[in-house]
Amino acid sequence: MSPTVKLLQGNEACVEGALAAGVKFFAGYPITPSTEIAELLAERLPLVGGRFMQMEDEIASMAAVIGASLTGTKAMTATSGPGFSLKQENLGFAIFTEIPCVVVNVMRGGPSTGLPTSPAQGDVMQARWGTHGDHPVIAVYPASVPEAYELTIKAFNLSEKYRTPVIMLMDEVVGHMREKVELPDVPQIPIEERPRPTVSKENYLPYDNNQGDVPPLANFGDGYHFHVTGLTHDQTGFPTSAPAKAKVLYERLHRKIENNLDDILMWETKDMEDAEIGVLAYGSTARSAARAVSLAREQGIKAGLMRPITIWPFPEKLITQYASQLKSLVVAEMNLGQYVNEVERAAQGQVPIKRVLQANGELIRPDTILQAIMEVK
Amino acid sequence: MMLAEKYLRDAMMPHMWCPGCGHGIILQAVIRAIDKAGLEHDKTVIVSGIGCSSRASGYMNFDTLHTTHGRALPFASGIKMANPDLNVIVLTGDGDALAIGGNHFIHACRRNIDITTVIFNNSIYGMTSGQYSPMTPVGQFATTSPYGNIDRNFDVCELAKSAGATYVARSTAYHAPSMPDLIVKAINNKGFSVVEAVGQCPTYYGRRNKLGSPVDMLNWQKEHAVNVAAAAHLTPEQLADKLIIGELHNSSAPEFTEKYDQLVARLQGRE
Repeated sequence: MSPTVKLLQGNEACVEGALAAGVKFFAGYPITPSTEIAELLAERLPLVGGRFMQMEDEIASMAAVIGASLTGTKAMTATSGPGFSLKQENLGFAIFTEIPCVVVNVMRGGPSTGLPTSPAQGDVMQARWGTHGDHPVIAVYPASVPEAYELTIKAFNLSEKYRTPVIMLMDEVVGHMREKVELPDVPQIPIEERPRPTVSKENYLPYDNNQGDVPPLANFGDGYHFHVTGLTHDQTGFPTSAPAKAKVLYERLHRKIENNLDDILMWETKDMEDAEIGVLAYGSTARSAARAVSLAREQGIKAGLMRPITIWPFPEKLITQYASQLKSLVVAEMNLGQYVNEVERAAQGQVPIKRVLQANGELIRPDTILQAIMEVK
Repeated sequence: MMLAEKYLRDAMMPHMWCPGCGHGIILQAVIRAIDKAGLEHDKTVIVSGIGCSSRASGYMNFDTLHTTHGRALPFASGIKMANPDLNVIVLTGDGDALAIGGNHFIHACRRNIDITTVIFNNSIYGMTSGQYSPMTPVGQFATTSPYGNIDRNFDVCELAKSAGATYVARSTAYHAPSMPDLIVKAINNKGFSVVEAVGQCPTYYGRRNKLGSPVDMLNWQKEHAVNVAAAAHLTPEQLADKLIIGELHNSSAPEFTEKYDQLVARLQGRE
C-alpha cells in the first residue's frame, strides 16, 4: 500500500514515529514547546492499547516512564529546558539501571524560563552531562519534520538495543514547523526490542557480565524476582561498594556505547568531497547552513555541510575524516559556544574553527553563515 | 516453608539496620500481610525510595525497585498503570514520602491509584545520621534542630485522607501482631492505601532525645497509642500526645487504572 502523506509538525511527527516504534506508555507534564507531543499521545494511546498519564510534575513523569518500561512496555516522555533540568536525576537512574526509554527535549531559549516559544540549542551540553556522575549517553537530533518521524523510531530502537535512555533533542523550529511526511503503513525501519532473558528464572542476572555488554532485561511481573537500584550494583543487581565490582559496571556501561559507535552514530554530509570550507551545524541551524553552502557554491566557493544527527556520543570520526582536507571549519549553533568546543577538541588543531554563535531566540540566517564562509575562504 | 525463607533474600542478610531499629518489625508485618492477603508472588512488585526504610525492598524476594529519593510513588504509578495486573506495594520513610516526595504523595492519594503505601515513620532522617523530618514533633532534637525543632509536623493520616486516599490506617512497631491485618486491608482496598507504621530509631532519634533503650521506645508506643474506637470517647486535650491507631479511614472511590480501562473500552466501542 502507498504511504499516507500528511502535513505535520515536528512534534506530531515525533508522535507518529513513537507509535510506529510501538510506544505504549507516555507520562508527561505540560510545557511549551513540547506540549503537542503529550496532547496527541493522550488522544492516540488509548486507541492503540497504550496508556497515557499526566503526572504532577516533570520528575514524576520521568519516574513513571522508567517504572512502565520495567514492565516491558515501550515508554517515553517529552519536555523542554526547565523540565529537562528536573528530569536529570531520574534520567541518570535510567542510564545507570539500564532501563530503555525515550526522552524528548524540544529546546527553548534558556536558562531558566527563558524564551519558551523561541528556538535555541542551549541544552546540548546538558544532554551530555546534565545528570551527575560518569555516564555515557545517546542523543539524536533531527533537522526536519520527516526526520523527526524517522529518528523517533531510531531513538526507540537504540534505547531497546542498548538498554539505555535515548534523548531526542529538537529545537522549537523543528518541533513546530510543518512539513510533508510520508507515513508508511508498516515502518520501513525494522523495529528493535530489548534483549530478553534466555536462562532459567533461577539463574537470571539482571546485569549479567557474561551476556555481552547489553545484558538481557526481564519484565517485572514475569517471575524473575530481580532487584533494580540506583546504588552501584554488581551483576546480581544488588548494591556493592567493592571497587572491583564498581569498575566492571562503569566500564561496561561505557563500553556498550563506545564499542558500537558505527551502529549508533548517524550524520549527513553534503558537498564534502572537494570541500575546502566545512560548515558544521545540527538541527534547524543545519538548514540555514545547507542554504549557505549552496549560496557559497554558486559563487564558486568549495563549501560543504557536515550535519551530526547523533550528537552524542560525539562523532569524532566525522571531524577527523575531513579536518585535514579543510582550510577552515565553520561551526554554527544557537548558543554562545557549546558543541563548537567539542569540535575544536576533535579537530586537534588540524583546521582553524570559525564560530557562528547566536542566542537571541532567532534562527541563524543563511546569510550570517555565508558571511562567515566568505571571511574564511 | 517459613515466611522468611519464602519472602526474604538470604543473600542480602545481614540487613543494614541498627540494633533496636523498628524497621525490621515493620518489614515482618509487611511480609505477613502479603502472605495473608494471598498475593501472587510473581505478580507483586515492591518499590521504595531512599533512606533506611527504603532498603527494605532489597531484602524482599520479589521484583523490587529501589528508586530515587522521594520518587517511589511515581515509579510505582508507572508500573501499576503500565501493567494493572501487578500488585504494587511502596515502602517509604517519613522524610522520603512527605518531604522530598510530598507532592507525589498527595497526587497518588488524589488519583486513588491501586497502590499500597507503608510509611515507616521513625520521625528522623536516619540514613544521614539524624536530621529532623516533617514528622519530627515540635520541640524534639535532631542534628539540624540542635535547639529543639520549631518546624511543625504533619499528621500524615489526616493528610492522606484529605488528599483522597481511600484506605488509611496507623499502627506501631509495638503493635506488630495487629499491624499485618491493617496492611492486608490496605492491600485488599481497590485504590490508594496508606499505612503509617510508627517505629523507633534508637540510634539517631532516641539517643539525642534521651528516650532510653529500644525497649523503652517500644513502651512509649504502647503507652501513647489509643485505639481508634477508644479515641472516639476522648477529648482533643486527652488525645494531645496520643497516637490514634487502627483503621482511620475506609471509603470507596473510582480507581485510576480501572477508570482508564473504562475509557479505553468506551473509545473502542466495547462498552
